[in-house]
Amino acid sequence: MSGNGAQKQPLLDLRGLSLSFGGLTVIDGLDLHVDEHEIVSVIGPNGAGKTTLFNLITGAYRPDEGDILLDGESLVGLPSHKINQRGVARTFQTLRLFLNMTVKENVMAAQYGHTRSSIVEQMLQLPRARREEREINAFAEEKLGFFGERLMGYRWNQPAYSLSYANRRRLEIARATASRPRILLLDEPAAGMNPVETHEITELIGKLREEGGFTILLIEHDMHVVEGISDRVIALDHGVKIAEGSFDQVATNPRVVEAYLGTSAAVTK
Amino acid sequence: MSTESPSQQPATSPQIGVDEWVQRSGERIAGPGGLLRLADRTPPVLLLAAFIGIACAVPLLTSNGYVIGVDADTLLYVLLAIGLNVAVGWAGILDLGYVVFYGFAAYLFAELSSAHYDIHWATWQTVPLVVAATVLLGFVLALPSRRLNGDYLAIVMLFFLQMFNNFTTNGYAWNWLGLSGSHDVTGGPTGVTNIDPFRIFGHVMGPGPRDYVFVTAAGIFVVAILFHYVNRSRTGRAWRALREDPLAAEMMGIPVKWLSLLAVAVGAGVAGFAGSVNGAYYQGVFPDTFMFPLLITVYAMVILGGAGSLGGVVFGAVVVNVLLEILRTPDHARWVFYAAMILGLLAKLRPWRLLGALVAGVAVFGVVAHEIVGAVWARGVGGPIATGPTSFTTHGFWATLIRHWMVLPKNTYTAEDYRIGNYAFVIVIVLVLACTALKGWKRWALLVPTIWGACFVWETVLIEQNPVVRPLFLGVILIVLMATRPAGLFGKTRVEIV
Ligand SMILES: Nc1ncnc2c1ncn2[C@@H]1O[C@H](COP(=O)(O)OP(=O)(O)OP(=O)(O)O)[C@@H](O)[C@H]1O
Ligand SMILES: [Mg+2]
Repeated sequence: MSGNGAQKQPLLDLRGLSLSFGGLTVIDGLDLHVDEHEIVSVIGPNGAGKTTLFNLITGAYRPDEGDILLDGESLVGLPSHKINQRGVARTFQTLRLFLNMTVKENVMAAQYGHTRSSIVEQMLQLPRARREEREINAFAEEKLGFFGERLMGYRWNQPAYSLSYANRRRLEIARATASRPRILLLDEPAAGMNPVETHEITELIGKLREEGGFTILLIEHDMHVVEGISDRVIALDHGVKIAEGSFDQVATNPRVVEAYLGTSAAVTK
Repeated sequence: MSTESPSQQPATSPQIGVDEWVQRSGERIAGPGGLLRLADRTPPVLLLAAFIGIACAVPLLTSNGYVIGVDADTLLYVLLAIGLNVAVGWAGILDLGYVVFYGFAAYLFAELSSAHYDIHWATWQTVPLVVAATVLLGFVLALPSRRLNGDYLAIVMLFFLQMFNNFTTNGYAWNWLGLSGSHDVTGGPTGVTNIDPFRIFGHVMGPGPRDYVFVTAAGIFVVAILFHYVNRSRTGRAWRALREDPLAAEMMGIPVKWLSLLAVAVGAGVAGFAGSVNGAYYQGVFPDTFMFPLLITVYAMVILGGAGSLGGVVFGAVVVNVLLEILRTPDHARWVFYAAMILGLLAKLRPWRLLGALVAGVAVFGVVAHEIVGAVWARGVGGPIATGPTSFTTHGFWATLIRHWMVLPKNTYTAEDYRIGNYAFVIVIVLVLACTALKGWKRWALLVPTIWGACFVWETVLIEQNPVVRPLFLGVILIVLMATRPAGLFGKTRVEIV
């Protein structure tokens, strides 16, 4: 797992990706790569195409042109659940939890692709079905444990809708990690959080890499988060990559400043 | 990949943001009260055993064939509702083709065990084959759901139902695309009759409903337990996930399309068994059985009980079928009608004085109306009370009471007078609308003639027309349910966060 992975080929490699809706080009010839164990942030003004990029990677849309490679193998054309099982998991900008299922069930449901028992085995409660159930239960508790007391104990059996907003964001991350991905796509994980929670999320993302071993591609408007953890930052505008480099390089890039001017004060926040 | 559990370090992290609010969430979610709570706390196996016990006790305690027949019918509906619940309640798919599976299975069973093709297979051969074939049909009919969803899927499924009805009704002279001569496949409007009963270990089931009570109850017992386990396992969880949010489910590695197919097919399997029982029990299958009204009835059962809850669905099937059965006889229907009306008033009218005043008002209104009509138009009060064969609302005290309180025109159905009931119907609807528009004492005052008017329509028109009354009743039940408990009696209210 270690050793040759880092230099040889990127974990996620997007080549000349393009997508347009009708006449509107949303992603335009985008090249982007994420190395194993890296944290890469994507920034850009509203409507720049950041979420669309995630939708392309996870198979919600099919690119008009270009290729998406995970560990050298193309993901284009695969159904979303296959892409997830290959090792790509995401969170959603507008939360999409299974609201009327319990916290733990949300996390257990995401392990569907890692269990094999057939419906007949479940009906008869044959050994494999029982063993898998025990395993994913333990795994779910472990993943929820990642969030410390935020998602611990008594909260496990509560419906997801009863969680506070910040905890629902955390649960989405827990659910994504439970599908055992290699790369995590986080769409604005700090949106709507207060400064303390934002700080916590920043630390958590770092911990996901260090302890969880995930590679992370992050969309974030909060520059504190981006500055704190990114190995590399990529700025998008109108679906085109306008800058790439360290946070300081990108934040001071004139094209980036121009792209943000008038649209939002995010870069100076 | 091993991760250190951080649960040892809460002491170091600050308490800011720990939401006590969430901790109390369980208390804030209002649980169901009374009976429902009791049902909630009892282990499901006990509830199931109790239900099966009661159902099987009926044929042991009574020899009244009609009662045992209703018992068997009800159990068959319970089985159907459990099957429909898989797609509708658990996976959230609008499975409007469900009746096709039931009908297909009944016909297939009939053709494999009757003189129609002169095939008389043994039960242990036919039933598994029919179930397997129906599961397969489930997969095939659900295939459009791979591309379609929502309204489109619903329409396509309805189309299948219509096709099936056409095929069964006209299948007595079927011509396979002109390739062969015409050929009797389904027996046409008169269906397939003289079907062999079940034979299990040399024991011939029936004729008559008694044995089928046991067969169906055993089926329910097995299916409910198997489904209970599936619901708690990976497949059940995935179904719930795709009901909640198919897109998120798909992106979390759940193959949504396959699971939709599976849900429809598993439900179809139950319909397959129920269809076999149907064929053997009634010893005949007829195209009229497997039509739209049946679909509505089974859906109503699932929705009334609470889609997604096994126990709820069973309860819904029992309530709806027993109610519909009672409505068949005018005299029994009268009790249901007045009981429903009084229960409705009891539930809605809080200060009991108001209720008392209202009942008194309705009573006086009726007597006065009777006297006035009697004085002006004698024939208007000369009619008889709608009767059942033996009854105590058509003779004696209750009959006298109704006769003096209600206006019962003679010959309501003659050419001139049949309109009376129809006019009254329209007037009652206008009154109901007016009641919803008015506020305060005016509403209560108007409620008096409204209630009496509804009773008038009931006594002069509806009571004798059970083909109209039964669907009407279902509709009313569903409307009331939607207003009071949208999730059904035992269903969990689903929460959306905006
Ligand atoms: N399915 C679609 N059909 C048509 N247009 C779309 C679709 N999805 C996205 N778009 C358009 O693509 C553009 C980029 O949207 P996207 O959601 O990717 O922006 P974003 O960078 O994530 O913005 P934000 O920061 O507000 O989340 C927008 O103009 C949006 O209207
Ligand atoms: Mg976005």
